[in-house]
Amino acid sequence: MTTLFDPSAAATQATDAILHDTLHGTARGVVVDSPPGAGKSTLVVRAALELAEAGHPLMVVAQTNAQVDDLVLRLAEKNPELPVGRLHSSDADPYDKALDGLENVRKSAKAADLAGLAVVISTAAKWAHVKADEPWRYAIVDEAYQMRSDALLAVAGLFERALFVGDPGQLDPFAIVGSEQWAGLTYDPSASAVTTLLAHNPDLPQHRLPVSWRLPASAAPLVSDAFYPYTPFRSGTGHGDRRLSLAVPSDGSGPDRVIDEAAESGWGLLELPARHTPRTDPEAVRAVATVVRRLLDRAGAATSERSPDPTPLTADRIAVGTAHRDQAAAIRAALADLGVTDVVVDTANRLQGREYDVTVVLHPLSGRPDATAFHLETGRLCVLASRHRHACIVVCRAGVGDLLDDYPSTEPVQLGTGVKFPDGWEANHAVLAHLAEHRVMWRP
Amino acid sequence: MSLISTLARLEAVSTGRAQPAATVRHRHLSDRPLVFVPLTTAGEAGAPLGALVGTDRDAPRLLAVPQPRDRDLRFAFLAELADVVLPYIDAYAEVVEAAERTETDPETGKRVKVEVDLCADAPQLIVPSRGGIDLVRLLGRSMRFRRTAEQDPETPYPAPPRVPLLGRWLTHFGERARVPGSSLLLAMTDVLSRHWATGQSTLEDQHLGALLAWIDPPEGLTGAEAALRAELERDAKGQLTCPPAGPATDPAFDNKLLAPAIERYDRARTALAAAEDGLEADDRLGALTAAEREIRDLVLSRTLPTWEKVWQGLDLLRELPEGAHVEERWTRDRWSFTGHRDRVLAGEPPQPRRDDAVTAANKLATREREQARLEAQEALDDPLVMAGRRLSGEAFAGEVTDVVMAYSEGKRPSPRPLVTVRTDDRPHLGERTKVYRSLGGKPQSAEFVGVEEDGAYVVLRVLDKMGRGKEPEPGSVPEKGDRVCFTLFEHEQRGGAKLPDPEETPWTHGGPPGEATLEAADPVTSEDVL
Repeated sequence: MTTLFDPSAAATQATDAILHDTLHGTARGVVVDSPPGAGKSTLVVRAALELAEAGHPLMVVAQTNAQVDDLVLRLAEKNPELPVGRLHSSDADPYDKALDGLENVRKSAKAADLAGLAVVISTAAKWAHVKADEPWRYAIVDEAYQMRSDALLAVAGLFERALFVGDPGQLDPFAIVGSEQWAGLTYDPSASAVTTLLAHNPDLPQHRLPVSWRLPASAAPLVSDAFYPYTPFRSGTGHGDRRLSLAVPSDGSGPDRVIDEAAESGWGLLELPARHTPRTDPEAVRAVATVVRRLLDRAGAATSERSPDPTPLTADRIAVGTAHRDQAAAIRAALADLGVTDVVVDTANRLQGREYDVTVVLHPLSGRPDATAFHLETGRLCVLASRHRHACIVVCRAGVGDLLDDYPSTEPVQLGTGVKFPDGWEANHAVLAHLAEHRVMWRP
Repeated sequence: MSLISTLARLEAVSTGRAQPAATVRHRHLSDRPLVFVPLTTAGEAGAPLGALVGTDRDAPRLLAVPQPRDRDLRFAFLAELADVVLPYIDAYAEVVEAAERTETDPETGKRVKVEVDLCADAPQLIVPSRGGIDLVRLLGRSMRFRRTAEQDPETPYPAPPRVPLLGRWLTHFGERARVPGSSLLLAMTDVLSRHWATGQSTLEDQHLGALLAWIDPPEGLTGAEAALRAELERDAKGQLTCPPAGPATDPAFDNKLLAPAIERYDRARTALAAAEDGLEADDRLGALTAAEREIRDLVLSRTLPTWEKVWQGLDLLRELPEGAHVEERWTRDRWSFTGHRDRVLAGEPPQPRRDDAVTAANKLATREREQARLEAQEALDDPLVMAGRRLSGEAFAGEVTDVVMAYSEGKRPSPRPLVTVRTDDRPHLGERTKVYRSLGGKPQSAEFVGVEEDGAYVVLRVLDKMGRGKEPEPGSVPEKGDRVCFTLFEHEQRGGAKLPDPEETPWTHGGPPGEATLEAADPVTSEDVL
C-alpha cells in the first residue's frame, strides 16, 4: 500500500530541516535547491525572521533591486516591527517608492547608517562596495545559482556563515567576454556562486524544497522530468484544484483552439508552418499577440485553491516570454497595435522569479536555421515553461524536432568542469514531445 | 550576427567585393610593428618549424628548425627568436615619460596620486591569424618556467640565457590579447574582419588569403572567385599557391616536400656523426649544410607569401583614419606594457600557471568593462557602427523639433528641459529608460518621457551637464533644428568594486592561495627527447 503524498507536510518537513541546519548547525553554509515556485521567497523571509528573532544580525544578498525591494516588502508584511535596513545605490530612484510607506524600514546609500539594524538587505553589487570591520554573523544569499562566483568572492568576506538559496534549473549566470581560460578551475569566476562554494566545501548540508506551489498538476511532472531529472518535485495542488474557464466561446480559429486546449490541459502548442525566418518572425509575433488578445477578449477566469470564486484573467495575470529582446520589442509593438498595452512581455532572463496565471511563449528555436548553445540552454526553456499557475501556450514553427536532430550539442568538453544534466538538447526534446500532444496547427 | 553585418555580407556577395564595416580604424597600429609569421610541425603541439619575423617589410629574418623534434635545435630557434624580439621590446621599455597613477597609500589607506614612469610607446606584435595568437601563448607557456644554467646549474636541460624572459613577454602579450580593444598583439585576420564584411562565413574569414581576396581582389576577378582560388589553387606539384597563414601547414606540403627534406637532413646528420676522418667529415658537413638550407628554403617558401599578405593588410588598414578613442585605449596598452616591464625589472617570478581566485575575478571584471567600453567607443567614433546600433534599437538619431523648459521639483529647482526629437529609428525605449548623448566628449543623460505620433517623435527629459545655475549653461541643451544622436547604452564604464587581496580569499573560494612558490618547468618525458 502506498502512502498518500501530503505536499504540505513534505514542504514543512523540508523547511524545518533547513531552518534547523541554519540556526543550530555547525557548517558554515547551507545550500537549498528550490524548483520553480516552491516557496523560496517564503523560506528566505521565514529564515530571516527567525535569525533576527534569535538576535543574530543578518545581512541579505539578492541579485537585483527588484528582488531586494520585494524581500523588504515581504519582511515588513510578516513583521512590521522588525527594524530593516535597505542599502541602496546612489543613483536616482534607487528603490521602490512603496518602501517609503514602511515605518521600520530605513533606507540609505551608506552601510554605516544602517549599522545595528536587525536585517540589512541589498544587492550583491552594492554589498561588494561595503567595508565592514566586524563581519555579520549570518547572511542569506538569495538566487545564489544566478549569482556569479566573482560576485560571491567580493561579498563573502562580509559574513561568517550563510544560507544559500536558489533554483539550479534556471539560467546560469554569464559573462560578456570569453572565460574558457578558467574553465575547470574550482573558482572559475564565471561559474555560479554555488558551484564554487560546493567545489571548495563539498560537505555543506544541501537541502531541497520538494513541492512547487506555483506549477499546476499538469506542469510539475513535465518540468520536473525535463529539467530536474535527478531531483524530482511534485505540485502542491491536484488535477482538479485549478480551472481556467472562458466565458466567450471559441470562434474556431487557431488561436482560440489553442486557448481551449491549454485551458483544458494546461499546455498548448500553436504550430505555424515550417519556415526559416528572421528572429522577429512577423507571423509568429502576430500569432503571439493574437493569442493574448483573444485570451483577454474571451473573458477568462481562473479558479484555484487560493479562493473559491474565480478570479478574472486580467492583463496583469498574463505574460509573454521570448528568448531575445528584439522579439519582446516586436511583440510589444504588435500588442499595442491590437490595443493591448499592459501585458508583460520580456525575455527569459527578466522573467526569472516571476509568476502569472497564463504565459504565452515564443519558442526559442522557432524558425531558426541553427540551434546555438544560447538557444539550447536548458535554463532558458525552463524559465519560459515554468512561470504559469494555470496554462502555458507555446507558439512555434514546425520542424524544431528536426532542427534539434541536425544540431546535437557540440560544446567543447572542458577538463574539470561538471557536466550539467540534462543538456539543453534532451530537455528540448522532452518538452517538444509533451507539447506535441497539445498541438494545434494553424496557417495564419 | 547583427542585422547590419548580415546586410553588409549580403551586399558583399552581390557586389563581389567586401563591404566596409567601419569608416575609421578601431585598432592602434604602430609605426614599427613586429610582424611574426610562425609555422609549427604537424603532430606535436607547439613544436616550431620556423618563422619569418622582423620590423622591416623588405628584410624579414628567417628562422628554421631543420629537425623540429630535436630539443637542442628548438632551443636554438627560441634563442634566435629572443635575439629579435627582446631588443625590439627593450627599445620601447627604455623610453619613458612622467605620468600620474592613483595608488592606495599603505600607511594611511588613502588614495593618493603618485608620479610614475610610463613608457612613451609600446611594442606591437602582429601575427597573421588567431592561431598565431594561440601559438604565442603556447610558446610563452613552454618557455617561462625554464631555467638557464646560470639560474640553476643543476637543471638537466638548461635553456639559453634569454629564453625564459622571452617566455614571460610572450605570455604577457598573449594574456593582453584577451582584453577587448587591446592592440599589443593583433591577429591580422581579426583586425581586417573588424573593418570589412566579406561574402563568406566568419570561419572562412580566418584564412588570410581568402579574406584579402574579398577586400582587394585582383583585376578581373570577383571576391568569391579570388577567395576560392586562394583556398584551393595548387601548382603542378600539387602545392597550394597561397599557403595557409599558419601556424599549421598544408598536409600536401608536409608529406611531399617537408618530410623527405627532414629525412635527408637526418641522414646527413647521422652520416656526419659516423665520419671517420677529417676529410670525410668536411664532405659530409657540406651535405648537412645543403640539407639544412633546403629546409630553410622550404620554410621561406611557405611563410613569405603570408608575410607579404600581412603587410598588405597593414597597408589597407593604414588608409583608414584612426578612431577618436583609439589613442586612449592604446594608452592602457602602454600602462599594461609598463607594468610588466616593472615586474620583470623588480625580479618578480614568471606569471603562474593558473590564476588564483582573486586574479581571475579581477581579469574577468576588467575584460567585461573593456568590452562594454569598446562597444560604446566604436559606436561613438564611427557613424557606420552607430548605424548598426540604431538599426538594432540601441540608439536613435534625429532632429530636435521642440524644446520646452521645465524644472525639477524640490527646494532648489534645477533645469530639466523637455526635448522632442523627430526620428525614423525605432529605439527600444521603455518607461523612464535612460539615454545618453555625447556633449563635448562627455556623456549627457536624459530620460525617456513618451512618444508622439506613432513613435516618430520621441520626448526626452534632459537630466544633467547643464551647470549648477537655474538656467542651463549655453550650449548644454539641444536647440530646435539640432541633429542629435542618443544611445541607450552608457558611454563610460564604472569601475567595479574592489575585490579582497589574494591573501584574504574567503572560505567560499578555498581560502588564501598560500605563498607563491617558484613553479618548475614541466618534467621532461621520453617523448621530449626522441
